[in-house]
Amino acid sequence: MIIEAELRSTKRWELTAEGEEIAREGSHEARVFRSIPPEGLAQSELMRLPSGKVGFSKAMSNKWIRVDKSAADGPRVFRVVDSVEDEVQRRLQLVQGGQAEKLGEKERSELRKRKLLTEVTLKTYWVSKGSAFSTSISKQETELSPEMISSGSWRDRPFKPYNFLAHGVLPDSGHLHPLLKVRTQFRQIFLEMGFTEMPTDNFIESSFWNFDALFQPQQHPARDQHDTFFLRDPAEALQLPMDYVHRVKRTHSQGGYGSQGYKYNWKLEEARKNLLRTHTTSASARALYRLAQKKPFTPAKYFSIDRVFRNETLDATHLAEFHQIEGVVADHGLTLGHLMGVLREFFTKLGITQLRFKPAYNPYTEPSMEVFSYHQGLRKWVEVGNSGIFRPEMLLPMGLPENVSVIAWGLSLERPTMIKYGINNIRELVGHKVNLQMVYDSPLCRLDAEPGPPRTQGTA
Amino acid sequence: MFHGWIGSWLYLADEEFDELCFEFGLELDEITSEKEIISKEQGNEKAEGASDVVLYKIDVPANRYDLLCLEGLVRGLQVFKERIKAPVYKRVTPNGEIQKLIITEETARIRPYAVAAVLRNIKFTKDRYDSFIELQEKLHQNICRKRALVAIGTHDLDTLSGPFTYTAKRPSDIKFKPLNKTKEYTACELMNIYKTDNHLKHYLHIIENKPLFPVIYDSNGVVLSMPPIINGNHSKITVNTRNVFIECTGTDFTKAKIVLDVIVTMFSEYCENPFMVEAAEVVFPNGKSYIFPELAYRKEIVRADLINKKVGIRETPENIAKLLTRMHLKSEVIGDGNQIEIEIPPTRADVIHACDIVEDAAIAYGYNNIQMALPKTYTIANQFPLNKLTELLRYDMAAAGFTEALTFALCSQEDIADKLGLDISATKAVHISNPKTAEFQVARTTLLPGLLKTIAANRKMPLPLKLFEISDIVVKDSSRDVGARNYRHLCAVYYNKNPGFEIIHGLLDRIMQLLNVPPGEKKGGYVIKASEGAAFFPGRCAEILARGQSIGKLGVLHPDVITKFELTMPCSSLEINIEPFL
Repeated sequence: MIIEAELRSTKRWELTAEGEEIAREGSHEARVFRSIPPEGLAQSELMRLPSGKVGFSKAMSNKWIRVDKSAADGPRVFRVVDSVEDEVQRRLQLVQGGQAEKLGEKERSELRKRKLLTEVTLKTYWVSKGSAFSTSISKQETELSPEMISSGSWRDRPFKPYNFLAHGVLPDSGHLHPLLKVRTQFRQIFLEMGFTEMPTDNFIESSFWNFDALFQPQQHPARDQHDTFFLRDPAEALQLPMDYVHRVKRTHSQGGYGSQGYKYNWKLEEARKNLLRTHTTSASARALYRLAQKKPFTPAKYFSIDRVFRNETLDATHLAEFHQIEGVVADHGLTLGHLMGVLREFFTKLGITQLRFKPAYNPYTEPSMEVFSYHQGLRKWVEVGNSGIFRPEMLLPMGLPENVSVIAWGLSLERPTMIKYGINNIRELVGHKVNLQMVYDSPLCRLDAEPGPPRTQGTA
Repeated sequence: MFHGWIGSWLYLADEEFDELCFEFGLELDEITSEKEIISKEQGNEKAEGASDVVLYKIDVPANRYDLLCLEGLVRGLQVFKERIKAPVYKRVTPNGEIQKLIITEETARIRPYAVAAVLRNIKFTKDRYDSFIELQEKLHQNICRKRALVAIGTHDLDTLSGPFTYTAKRPSDIKFKPLNKTKEYTACELMNIYKTDNHLKHYLHIIENKPLFPVIYDSNGVVLSMPPIINGNHSKITVNTRNVFIECTGTDFTKAKIVLDVIVTMFSEYCENPFMVEAAEVVFPNGKSYIFPELAYRKEIVRADLINKKVGIRETPENIAKLLTRMHLKSEVIGDGNQIEIEIPPTRADVIHACDIVEDAAIAYGYNNIQMALPKTYTIANQFPLNKLTELLRYDMAAAGFTEALTFALCSQEDIADKLGLDISATKAVHISNPKTAEFQVARTTLLPGLLKTIAANRKMPLPLKLFEISDIVVKDSSRDVGARNYRHLCAVYYNKNPGFEIIHGLLDRIMQLLNVPPGEKKGGYVIKASEGAAFFPGRCAEILARGQSIGKLGVLHPDVITKFELTMPCSSLEINIEPFL
């Protein structure tokens, strides 16, 4: 500090221009009073005087004057009293004489309201020598330069202080998409849990692998044109594993493997129909079929995260394509308790610890359970996934041993991502219409960390 | 939707009822009323005077037809709570003549199956009658697959006289007064009239354009119904009907029998002899005669230790038998004391395997009471190599300053062909047969349109825009079992006031560096060679050859392409198949 400056402000009252005039000439009402002769004055004439309008009403309310409306040539104004005491003028003269403190608070504010007085704040600075007081002049440096470093001049130079409240310049960088950042984390969780990734790079699937292999009957509503995208070209699968197809056909139409079957006329042409897979469970079915061909049976843990397609009505939470996350464990003697145990570990890694299981119906799992977690924000239990043990009618025709159970669960990738990043409309997350600023601004995906404040519309 | 206080039927408060639903596998969506629904949808004024009666919105598992009506739901929950024992449903032969339905061979080509039964001396009330109608509607939507597989007709038997004939006739030869109409129409006329009927128009396609329409007559030639469209008005049931003749016709015999069983088990409760159903005889065209409803009880034997092992619990066989009995599956321990004999009633068509029985035992035990455990399965995890490579590349693409886009795999033909200056036949694209809009006509054969559309939606963002995506495209491939396959592509675009070919070229060099592919044609290196492409500006397109094969193209986009994607600035792009680098 070269110098120090101390602010010392004072307040005082001053007359306005009108106030000055009144202090000099008297108040408007006094001037009106004085201009009325003993024989009175026509009101119209009085109103024409410079102080007429204001002075008339004030003089009336002070009861200094009266109006006679019965006069022959229009209303006439007469004095009521002989003389008057001009208080306004007197008070203003007091202020003018520097004796404003002699007036009461109420009197001052009345005069201020009449715009005759104003309060003036006078700011003064008391200047004194500072701790670094110097009489020689030197310019502050903004930045350190290579020359300063080599010459050592930085030691003697003053530097301009930084404004640490200003924002930094964001680095030029590329950004990863938030949904795929979440996908990476889910892959990581499965890998940490010892699950092997299944191939899912086949969006086109036959109805056979998508439905029939899963013991989903051919009249099932999901196989309706309204729910599934079928293909016009190529309309039919060229090859199917026919031995296995026959076992599937028999199980659907007649039963077997301890099942009553669905007892209907199973049609190969229905199974050949190509479609866009409606779930990644078709890829799981292929993986389990491959597993069944390996003898002897070796236990397996599989996972996949990839796109699935539904011919659905689109809304804020539904798109025609979304990502499905699926986990599968195949081993001897797996129980419902094991399924729940695996789900508990899996969801704990997502930061979800309060779980509840509800009986449910899926065509290809039995028992089936929906997974619910308690949502602190919504204050209710919300469904976070679906799970079950694959039906023997699905597994045994594949050739898996009878005492092998396969537990599985699935959830969508979009839903936890929307919750994680506070996004309400799925179109703000997926597809070409997303705001790239959202992608640029999205934080790291740390599923087990406490969620931050929800993203507001304004930051998008 | 269920009318009335179900909770109070069961003497339960709403919270307890909610809890019970969850435990039983039902979803209590909402407790509301007609008034509340109307007021929510159309405002308070319209709701004025609407019913205050409490409605329960409950989601029932799709395979539990026995829980679709209040009667069945309450019965199921009462048995579950051990308040009542599961009733025994019985088929009885009438003292007098049995009702007969004769199927003629003409039905074979249109709707070959029919089953029938009689509810004798039933007592409806307004609520019961409404529930009876509602159940039929729910079954029609559900197991009957919108009447395509099965259609139900219920009739006032006292207005009819058997035997009945189920036949098929030319539409012009069928003439009757349909339900709630005052005059007679031919079937042809009816099909026209119902085209504008918001309810019935959805079912017309099932028989439309068929030479013969199914129809059921009584012995006096009265039309009972023209399934699956409409019943006759003559035999219309009312709240005062005492004897109900039920017929179900369809193309799926199993489902027709299930539907009939569900209706009679649910509503025989209101017959003079509760849960007794009067048999009807159906004579098939081959002369064989069957008695319906089947009301078959099936016995299964399951070992208690199997149930324990599948669920992960340790209950005695006696306890398991009790659990199953609560689920409407009357069970007892037999044989060596470890076997459980389970009786599957006609209401539980969903039980087709021991695993269904295991699930019921688990539900009655309480899913949330099961001890959790971790499987001892020891496995070594592996990544799918293509995804592993994708993940590695994604990070380095972002490190190279490009931002990841996530676009749709489905798009319009225009996106992948017309807008890129290509003919659709040259794309080898797979085509969707039933798209609801043009956005879902084909699976993409290139990632470029998605990235260009992303830029178009973000034109207000500061330039340059540098985007990439690594994802799958789909093309026809007859060497694959389904006749199509995916390829994993990497696509990048640079959008700025200058085309920036050198930037996209530099990105290619960087990608090749990351993939350890040296420049030059030798030693499996890469080169770019002048080429042509409809999407590129002439003389500004090169083919990328790596490891001895063409992997894609890069170049400056053609102004027509830029314009067609509603862009205004020059743009260069790169798209390669990354599978050769696995």
